Amino acid sequence: MTDTPTPTSYTVPGLVPTGPRLITARFDVADGFTYDGYVRTGGYTALRKALTSMTPQQVHDEVRTSEMQGRGGAGFPAGTKWGFLPPDVFPRYLVINGDESEPGTYKDRMLMELDPHQLIEGVVIAAYAIGAAQAFLYVRGEMALAQERLAQALNDAYANGLVGRNILGTDFSVDVTLTWGAGAYIVGEETALIESLEGERGMPRLKPPFFPAAKGLYMQPTIVNNVETLSNVPWIINESGQAFHDLGAPTSTGMRMFAVSGHVNRPGVFEVPNGITTFRMLFEAPEYCGGVRHGRSVKAFIPGGASAMWFFDEHLDLPLDKPTVDQAGSMLGSGAIVVMDDRTDMVAACWRVVRFFARESCGKCTPCREGTTWLERILKRMLDGHGRADDLATLLDVCESISPGLAWPPRQTTICPLGPSAVSPIASAVRRFQHEFEHYVQHGRPIDGVERHAIHGAGAHV
Amino acid sequence: MSDETIDDTDGTDVDAATEPEPEPKRTLTVTVDGRPFEAQPGSMVIDAAIAAGSYVPHFCYHPRMTPVGMCRQCFVEVDGPRGPMMVVSCMTPVAEGQVVRTDTPQVKRAQEGVLELLLVNHPLDCPVCDKGGECPLQDQAFSHGPGESRFVEQKRHWEKPIPISDLVFLDRERCIQCDRCTRFADEVAGDKLIHFISRGNDTQVMTFPDEPFSSYFSGNTVQICPVGALTASPYRFKARPWDLDQRASTCTTCSVGCRTVVQSTRDELVRYQGLDVESVNWGWLCDRGRFNFESIGSDDRLTTPLVRGESGLEPTSWTGALGAAARLVTEALESGGPRSIGILGGARGTNEDAFAWAALADALGVTLRDAQVGDGLPTEVLGLPRATITDAANAPTIVLLGPDLKEELPVLYLRLRDAAEKRRSRIVELSSVGTGLSRYAWKRFPYEPGLGAQAVSAALADPEVRDQLARGPVVVVAGRGNLAESQEVATATLASLLDGLTGAGASWSVLPALRRGNVVGALQLGMAPSEGAGGGLDVLRAAAEGRLELLVLVGSDPMADCPDTDLARRALAGARRIVAVDTFLTASSEQADVVLAAAAYGEKDGTTTNLEGRVSGVVAKVTATGTSRPDWMIATELGLALGHDLGFGSVDDVTDAIATRVPAYAGVTRTAVARNVEGVLTEAPLAFLPPASSSAGERNNYDYRLVVSRTLYDRAVGTATSPSLAHLAPGPAALVHPLDLELVGVSAGTEVQLVGARSSVVLPLHTDATVPRGTVRVRFQQGGGSVGELVDASTPIVDVRIERL
Repeated sequence: MTDTPTPTSYTVPGLVPTGPRLITARFDVADGFTYDGYVRTGGYTALRKALTSMTPQQVHDEVRTSEMQGRGGAGFPAGTKWGFLPPDVFPRYLVINGDESEPGTYKDRMLMELDPHQLIEGVVIAAYAIGAAQAFLYVRGEMALAQERLAQALNDAYANGLVGRNILGTDFSVDVTLTWGAGAYIVGEETALIESLEGERGMPRLKPPFFPAAKGLYMQPTIVNNVETLSNVPWIINESGQAFHDLGAPTSTGMRMFAVSGHVNRPGVFEVPNGITTFRMLFEAPEYCGGVRHGRSVKAFIPGGASAMWFFDEHLDLPLDKPTVDQAGSMLGSGAIVVMDDRTDMVAACWRVVRFFARESCGKCTPCREGTTWLERILKRMLDGHGRADDLATLLDVCESISPGLAWPPRQTTICPLGPSAVSPIASAVRRFQHEFEHYVQHGRPIDGVERHAIHGAGAHV
Repeated sequence: MSDETIDDTDGTDVDAATEPEPEPKRTLTVTVDGRPFEAQPGSMVIDAAIAAGSYVPHFCYHPRMTPVGMCRQCFVEVDGPRGPMMVVSCMTPVAEGQVVRTDTPQVKRAQEGVLELLLVNHPLDCPVCDKGGECPLQDQAFSHGPGESRFVEQKRHWEKPIPISDLVFLDRERCIQCDRCTRFADEVAGDKLIHFISRGNDTQVMTFPDEPFSSYFSGNTVQICPVGALTASPYRFKARPWDLDQRASTCTTCSVGCRTVVQSTRDELVRYQGLDVESVNWGWLCDRGRFNFESIGSDDRLTTPLVRGESGLEPTSWTGALGAAARLVTEALESGGPRSIGILGGARGTNEDAFAWAALADALGVTLRDAQVGDGLPTEVLGLPRATITDAANAPTIVLLGPDLKEELPVLYLRLRDAAEKRRSRIVELSSVGTGLSRYAWKRFPYEPGLGAQAVSAALADPEVRDQLARGPVVVVAGRGNLAESQEVATATLASLLDGLTGAGASWSVLPALRRGNVVGALQLGMAPSEGAGGGLDVLRAAAEGRLELLVLVGSDPMADCPDTDLARRALAGARRIVAVDTFLTASSEQADVVLAAAAYGEKDGTTTNLEGRVSGVVAKVTATGTSRPDWMIATELGLALGHDLGFGSVDDVTDAIATRVPAYAGVTRTAVARNVEGVLTEAPLAFLPPASSSAGERNNYDYRLVVSRTLYDRAVGTATSPSLAHLAPGPAALVHPLDLELVGVSAGTEVQLVGARSSVVLPLHTDATVPRGTVRVRFQQGGGSVGELVDASTPIVDVRIERL
């Protein structure tokens, strides 16, 4: 199935570029999540430096210099985003999006569980930079350990004068409020998160006019940043924005966390030099995933979360670089990579992803609410062996009603990108593996050579 | 008007309601499908496109509510910096030079795509759906849909209609999740009692556990539902839309004067729908006004005139009844002269009814007359500089000194709530107990009943209030917040407020919050006490003291309407003879010697005047019950029987006579009323409030000061005879502050005795945290122990003791 020869192999150690672990270093410290452990390993020095020797503008400038792309999914430079706040409009809020719910993404959870103080330090520094006196840390409802540790960390930080009034004896004060989500994927979308914070049902707001920087939480200017983004801020303050910029590629600066799952030998979260490491390096290197399981080859992989268009073997040597991946027709998103080996049933894989979006649709826009469920049910019927001759055409046409043109980046008839997210896997899979779908319709079973996973019941895993 | 399909209105131009007021603001030029169009700045592309003649299908968009862009049906193409862009037209504001296309293949593809998706789970049970025939989903599926569905899966199933309130049923299978009802409940009514629950394909509208959708405005959600998901019990399965005949009319349940469409089938009223007029109701109605059409067809209606014989009131012919009534008038004139006759009423009829009765009274020389019976304010309040509802809803400051508008004038409440919510107005509330608008008030000045003048002083001394008053026009909404407080006290408080406002340099005007349907029209057209003659209370007092030979009740029911029940009882007993004109036999009219059966609302043509002085038409839609006749006709015929030809051969003659003879109504011609959906505004001659003194004494420490106020649903005849509404009255109760309940020493719900100076009543005691300590609030006219027994109209205020039984 591979037309292009493998250019290099990374199966022995030492062949892939590595870099310093900026934000995951404390993952190896047994008590890194405690206040004592954090301070012992150099914690809260950046906060002291920022508050006592830098102006908010200087902090902002460092982050701007770093050109750090937001780690939530859209990849928008954090420093630039902070600059969108209208001057002189107060109060303004900082909201930290810890509602990490994308299938296969678990980097923020690790950061909150294993290094909560680092996040809190980043939050306070960011609040200082943008002039917010109130920050809201929104944590996904299911992340019990992260909630417990963040709550403990925040209490300790308050007790030690690092959050609250007159932090470190300066005249800067900020309160951080923890909020738990109620279990809705869509709340990861920033305007839906703001609705949820306000106590409303988590449904996205239309942009314009509701760009959070202009009209966000309680209609006030609001910056919404991802957990990983703000976790990087203490390092940037300590080591300078330029030092961050020097890591990784010029188009994708710094180190970045990727969560790899699926058919690899060593799934997990890895902090890799951004923009330099290729997918193949990530999958094959012993430092990272250590190869595809059972020595098989990659049939397809999702490069950046369930919403992304799928990549195939010809994309393996692309670097994990935002512009490169964008140009290749997909996205790095929130850094969730799912690997599917050559025995994977593409129709089943497709159904699993679509089912996720159908269940998580908030129900606001008609095309998403009705369309995603329709897609899911057509695919399920195919898998059950009841496919109909016109199913594939209907499938693509319903996709067209949600995301006209099935293009990338997707166009959408919905307010937020959740609807089109359900279209991406179908568009990807049908484009490359149309015969697998047709085989299901004609024979009521998958093509030979793929594993028929127990997708219909318990124990499902794709 | 709302964009619901209300057309064919029997000659009355309903659609004219959509025409916005001409505004001096500049317009924006947009191009819609190649045609230039002048659009209002701030309007949405969908408004411009539809106004320009290119219909854009839509479901969630409603011109009176915030766009949400939920249904995604209204896609159009707009030229952007990077070429044509597909946008939802309900959320895209118009811009100068914008090029809009509603007919490209891309637009058609998107619209058909969304419509197919809307229909995949819709049950298509149109043949048994009340909405079928007037259903936006049905209509737009035909006009803009793909024509067929490819959906072969099982449709979504829910339990078929579930009641979400006493009046409204919800069929979730039909629902297309457009957010109209939920948005209405939240942003228009302020009763956020329904919301979406679940998500994705399971998204459904639902009430909160154990909390029904008991909004006073729930019927509006049924009207704006773009499918048959919401139905109201009074209309369910009553008619098919194509069998309905309709005319535009005006609701006279209260004095807001909401414009309505009155619909009937087989000569039976079956539904009222709100008509969207900019100046009054914006398309909304309260449930009482919407559903009390049931009382028109009630079996308890009077069908023939009655004359008291040996076995009580006996049916008779009109000739007999009018002859008997004429005899009673003649006898009274002979034995006591015109001053021995009193006429009460007119507030429940049309302008024509009131004018004809006033004309008859003039002909007979009767000066003792009034449309109010101590339940309102002096007529002069109408001669104060008058505000319109729109004035009030745009005034920087609204001062409330009157009843709970949510309970008494519900749609006015909606307009003022909107003004406060949209930050156009700040509400300053002076009241003894909390009201529906309290939570929207910028400042509240609570006062002990009788001591309103103190609250006025406190308000005017507040520096923030003084700053606020300087910001522009001030509208005072003035009425009777407490029926246990005498009219004198209420008038004195109002006078001190107006004096204070003048002193503070505020430019004020007054919106009279008199409640009864056509009370303003009746007062302006002659059913008001003339110079030197007393008002309604004096008429009753004269009767009680035996000075009246004849009391004529024109739709007036003193036993129910007069706050002082004892006075009403003594008056009805003391008047030598009583002639009543009524639609039902009431506690008052059953004591009459002659009862003349009157045609009800919906059975007679005419005009009505709302609290702003706005005159609009009311129409006959069904044949009058039995042999009942309009009040104006009864007055005319009684005049003829008495040898006074009033000169009215038809209702049009009366309307014309009003326009000719009443200077304030000179512009109220039949043509003007028919042409103006917004109605014709009248002004009353300038007047000053009569001098009044308030002298509420100190309260004994053991006493509670009494507040008597109305609720929307009570035992009023129109409500009590509408089966759907009759059981909604909250019932009799005395309400005190939770801490006072402890002082009384009983648990909530226990019956206690309220002992006044004159009488006592037994009522269950409940708590209400909006009632201040030392005050007891009793709902008026709830049946059971009548609180009216405690009220003495001759005292400024009523104090009672609460005693355990």
